Amino acid sequence: MTTSATVPDWDAELQVYEPHRAGIPPLRPYFRDLFQRLPFAAEFSRSGMKAAHSETVFGQLWLVLNPLMLALVYFLLVNVISQSNAGPEALARIVGGIFIFYFFSGAVSTGAGSVTTGGRLILNMAFPRLLMPLAAVRTAFFRFLPTVPVYLVFHIIAGGAWTWMMPLGLVFLGLLTLFAMGMAAFMATVQVYFRDASSFLPYFLRIWLYISPVLWSPELAESRFGHYAKLMVLNPLYSLIGGWTDLTLNGVMPSATIWIAATSWALVALVGGSLYFLSRERDFAVRI
Amino acid sequence: MISLSASDRSTSVSETKLEPGVQDATGAVQDSPPVDEAEKSRRKTPKQTPLPGEPPTVSVQDVTIVYRTTFEKVPTFKSAIVRLGRGERAVREVEAVNHVSFDVPRGTSLGIIGANGAGKSTLMRSIAGVLPPTSGRIEVRGKISSLLALGVGFNGLLSGRENVILGGLAAGLSRDQVEERAREVAEFAEIGEFMDLPMRTYSSGMYQRLAFSVSVHMDPDILLIDEALSAGDASFKVKASEKMSELMSSSRAMFLVSHSLGSIEQMCDDCIWMHKGKLMMHDSPERCISAYTKFLKVGEDAFTLDDL
Repeated sequence: MTTSATVPDWDAELQVYEPHRAGIPPLRPYFRDLFQRLPFAAEFSRSGMKAAHSETVFGQLWLVLNPLMLALVYFLLVNVISQSNAGPEALARIVGGIFIFYFFSGAVSTGAGSVTTGGRLILNMAFPRLLMPLAAVRTAFFRFLPTVPVYLVFHIIAGGAWTWMMPLGLVFLGLLTLFAMGMAAFMATVQVYFRDASSFLPYFLRIWLYISPVLWSPELAESRFGHYAKLMVLNPLYSLIGGWTDLTLNGVMPSATIWIAATSWALVALVGGSLYFLSRERDFAVRI
Repeated sequence: MISLSASDRSTSVSETKLEPGVQDATGAVQDSPPVDEAEKSRRKTPKQTPLPGEPPTVSVQDVTIVYRTTFEKVPTFKSAIVRLGRGERAVREVEAVNHVSFDVPRGTSLGIIGANGAGKSTLMRSIAGVLPPTSGRIEVRGKISSLLALGVGFNGLLSGRENVILGGLAAGLSRDQVEERAREVAEFAEIGEFMDLPMRTYSSGMYQRLAFSVSVHMDPDILLIDEALSAGDASFKVKASEKMSELMSSSRAMFLVSHSLGSIEQMCDDCIWMHKGKLMMHDSPERCISAYTKFLKVGEDAFTLDDL
């Protein structure tokens, strides 16, 4: 059509399909394609949310109510178990922590199912599959957004600090998003090979919630475990969520260790998860 | 059935009721008198011809596709552990396409025929870039629009319009292009106000019509069609065939997989016949079809590869 009048750059639109089932496809064209089709991921996530009624008033309300009630339950639980009278400050920490953890767990669990539920789209269209888990992370992020103003209300009630450092929390939110992308890609791949992975995932995430500084504060861990508390950075969410809480709630600058740990974990997960996904991506069409 | 000129239309409509299955077609094709060459060229639309020195639009070079798939219905940790205990491996290899090579120059419409399980759809998927070949190489020049057997990636909860937009975006079109296309698609598919209703409310005919309209409205350079001509009722078929002949004059190549040998004979000017993953024959549609129908009648035992 277009080339017939002019001349022949025969290879202008050349696409070559060669065997690389277990290998990694050429990265540059892959990511060029990926960025070109980001609108698809956005639309995929938007229409998915629409189908789930997330855009209606009560749909939005539920997105807030669900983690909020969970936070209240945990607040009661912490009060009962520790037999202390945790004040509104603890409540704000738990609410903020649960909200952000919910973002993470939502991203990972929808991401895990993104490929296996992609069915026909995966079977019939050739596009960078990594868009599927990315769309899941976007969905989780947009579900997280309406919880932010609710958190701010609790922040006010708790008399939390308002400092110039608060916006820096966005850096940790960004890092957590990158980390979630990597984990979503990883879990999506695992799910293709082991369909029951999705049954284990909720328990796995629940345990992860308990070992992360959501219900408890890092200071508490230090007072209880002493030197061993230093090992906590091995848990990626310790630095990612800890840094977020420090900046947004406590108005404290996290230590250099936290910054470094959060950044490295985010990058390791993103690169590792994506590469694992890419290396298996070509296999998906026959495995679904 | 597909006819390309206005005068044939009335007859072709009545024919559609007797969509020939493979067995019917065998008789029909064998008994019919050879098609007059002049008449045939009149029926076929003018197409693009390759420019001097132009490489083939699609080049399939010694391609083998082996599926490695599990024979478990649902692969799980549990079954993996059980298997590990027994020392079994769950992976089974299926050789769907076996050392197939052919070139498709610009302006060709290639028919692909063969019995069920011949590897036709697998080959189409790999040309569309969905399935990578296990060995060999496939070169494709141009944008592909595929209408594979399962339809486009449709989500029943979303409306037809949203599905069309999603499909277009996945195919790499821009948002503006896609929204414009969605209007044309709705019009062509004649589904009216259903376009904005969830797809789970569609009848199967509406579903197929929409799938067909989507694939022909994506400005394809190369069109892959897998058993899609059964979409819709008689009047839609006529419309579909007109659209196809229009596309054939504008697109670079067309692939048609069909069990309807009549459509292949009418629409295609080149043909391959596949059987159990092997390329049996690459010739004119008439000769491929007569060899294929002979093969079906005589049976596999009497007609091995050696006889070719």
